[in-house]
Amino acid sequence: MTQKGSVDQRARHAALGLTDEQAVAMYETMMLARRFDERGQVLQRAGKVNFHISGITQEPSQVAMGFAMNREKDWFLPYYRDYGLVLTVGMTVKELMLALFGKGEDPNSAGRQMSAHFGCRRLRIATGSSPVTTQVPHAVGFALASKIRGDGAVAVVTFGEGSSNQGDFHEGCNFAGVQKLPVIFVCENNGYAISVPLSKQTAGRISDRALGYGFPGIQVDGHDPLEVYRVFREAHERALAGEGPTLIEIMTYRVTPHSTSDNDMAYRTKEEVDENRAKDALPAFRGYLEGLGLWSEEREQALQQRIRKELDEATAYAERAPYQAPEDAFRYVYAEDNGEVR
Amino acid sequence: MPVIEYIDAIRLAMKEEMERDDSVFVLGEDVGLKGGVFGTTKGLQQQFGEDRAIDTPLAESAIAGVAIGAAMAGMKPIAEMQYSDFMFPAANQIISEAAKIRYRSNNDWSCPVVIRAPIGGGVFGGLYHSQCTESVFFGTPGLKIVAPATAYDAKGLLISAIRDPDPVIFFENKKCYRLVSDEVPEGEYTVPIGKAKVMREGTDITVISYSMPLHFAMQAAEELSREEGIEAHILDLRTIQPLDREGILEAAARTGKVLIVHEDNKTGGIGGEVAAIIAEEMLYDLDAPIRRLCGPDAPAMPYNPVGEKLFMLNKEKLKAAMLELARY
Repeated sequence: MTQKGSVDQRARHAALGLTDEQAVAMYETMMLARRFDERGQVLQRAGKVNFHISGITQEPSQVAMGFAMNREKDWFLPYYRDYGLVLTVGMTVKELMLALFGKGEDPNSAGRQMSAHFGCRRLRIATGSSPVTTQVPHAVGFALASKIRGDGAVAVVTFGEGSSNQGDFHEGCNFAGVQKLPVIFVCENNGYAISVPLSKQTAGRISDRALGYGFPGIQVDGHDPLEVYRVFREAHERALAGEGPTLIEIMTYRVTPHSTSDNDMAYRTKEEVDENRAKDALPAFRGYLEGLGLWSEEREQALQQRIRKELDEATAYAERAPYQAPEDAFRYVYAEDNGEVR
Repeated sequence: MPVIEYIDAIRLAMKEEMERDDSVFVLGEDVGLKGGVFGTTKGLQQQFGEDRAIDTPLAESAIAGVAIGAAMAGMKPIAEMQYSDFMFPAANQIISEAAKIRYRSNNDWSCPVVIRAPIGGGVFGGLYHSQCTESVFFGTPGLKIVAPATAYDAKGLLISAIRDPDPVIFFENKKCYRLVSDEVPEGEYTVPIGKAKVMREGTDITVISYSMPLHFAMQAAEELSREEGIEAHILDLRTIQPLDREGILEAAARTGKVLIVHEDNKTGGIGGEVAAIIAEEMLYDLDAPIRRLCGPDAPAMPYNPVGEKLFMLNKEKLKAAMLELARY
């Protein structure tokens, strides 16, 4: 058999422009998000915190998404399962732990909001709320500001497939399509809106909805983080080139209950969950790195040790940290000048 | 000092602020090429271009939500709701988002957005082009709400709203647009948010109002003075959130007889809160029970002229209520 032309012999990540160090860093961040998330569940079960909501098995695609963005310039509007994304953007485990415990030093909200309601101006992560999908028009507004100022920032906004049925999704997409704004809409389709399966949420394909708004919609396998990275790089380039928005539907599965307040065995089977858990991209990505000689059992042990230490320290710190002082509890309803309402 | 129409005062405020500050822009349905269905934004797109006077899709939640996002990004958006009646699809964005962004982020983020919406009837607009929707947003901490009655206040309050670091709802009265004209200085000035204004000094009764009905009170007061020798003290709230407690109490104390007037329906309206403030602080200093004259507790005003007239306040209704209170 004769070959014509050249075949790219580089590893997949290298062909996508990722260095070995970046590929390894992606894996480490995925694992950090996973272990934080598991710790959150344990802390809730132990009665140390009141609530935790999980993104387990969604982290590989979240981290890949974050790596494809410009972390110095872009705007991030994550939803409540995006530990992988916010860690990639620069939030620390200590900060996430402070939010989990609802403590005053939490940069997301000083413990005012339930945990996983992300927001941090320093990291260009916009503050979010609980009524779902309100962040979609906000992302369009960030992108509009970028277009007006010509500052080259791209907005990326995530939401679940349940959220994609809200009016704000459609209104936001339509506005951005008309204005050709630099925004990436990301549906993390994990198959369930609490108990309601995808089949009862929509009769169509969510990525197809982009067609109606005049921009590309792409469905991507969430178990393939490098493919996720690739489609996000393309979407980012389109945004910067003034070609407008992209809708990316990441196909994934929610292996945990909706939150620690939910019993998922009331509406699905353990077999279904186990079958999907087996598709977890995290060990697969490790295997990919090992196959290239970029990762080893020794490095894995060292990573696990490092993460465990970081989590232990963060947990101890957050547990001891004070809540926001009562005299500050109702401040900042409006802007203040020297402590006085303006 | 030039006398200009209320609608021109609103347009001038936007035009001058857009000239002064590149981050100010307007967005809404028909606000661009057409210059708004009432003409409020006329000429802005011609002067500032399509990026700063943006014709949006017909989708109020996006108009508000996009403005909120842009405000978080450091812009100063003015979002127009074509009629306050059509503002409810945006209520989640305004109440759950704009109002809470500073508070929920512990002062990390802010949302300096202005949402303009015309209120009020008397234009044969029927149920859905006539409503006063301020009570729906009133009582939501984090929002400021203004409702000017004069051209002077319309311009000064809109400039203050644009410069305010927090979300401000600007309820402009569509009946006032061309009916109300007064002296407006050339060049920039501001009217502080949160300060009521005494429009007429009097000793017999106090009328507290805002927006269009304020003018009916002024007209009725002149007639009552001439015909009955009754002198009404009239306070224009101008800002309905936060209410000017001091101004309200001072005005009530002037006469000890208080009539509160608004076109929004009575139950759950601003008047109830104004009455409560007075009752909490000075019930025993009053010489008469606090009265309210408001739109009826019907969903909205009818389209037919007879029904609309029955619903609307006017000088005669004000005069009768003021006279009755004066004689109490």
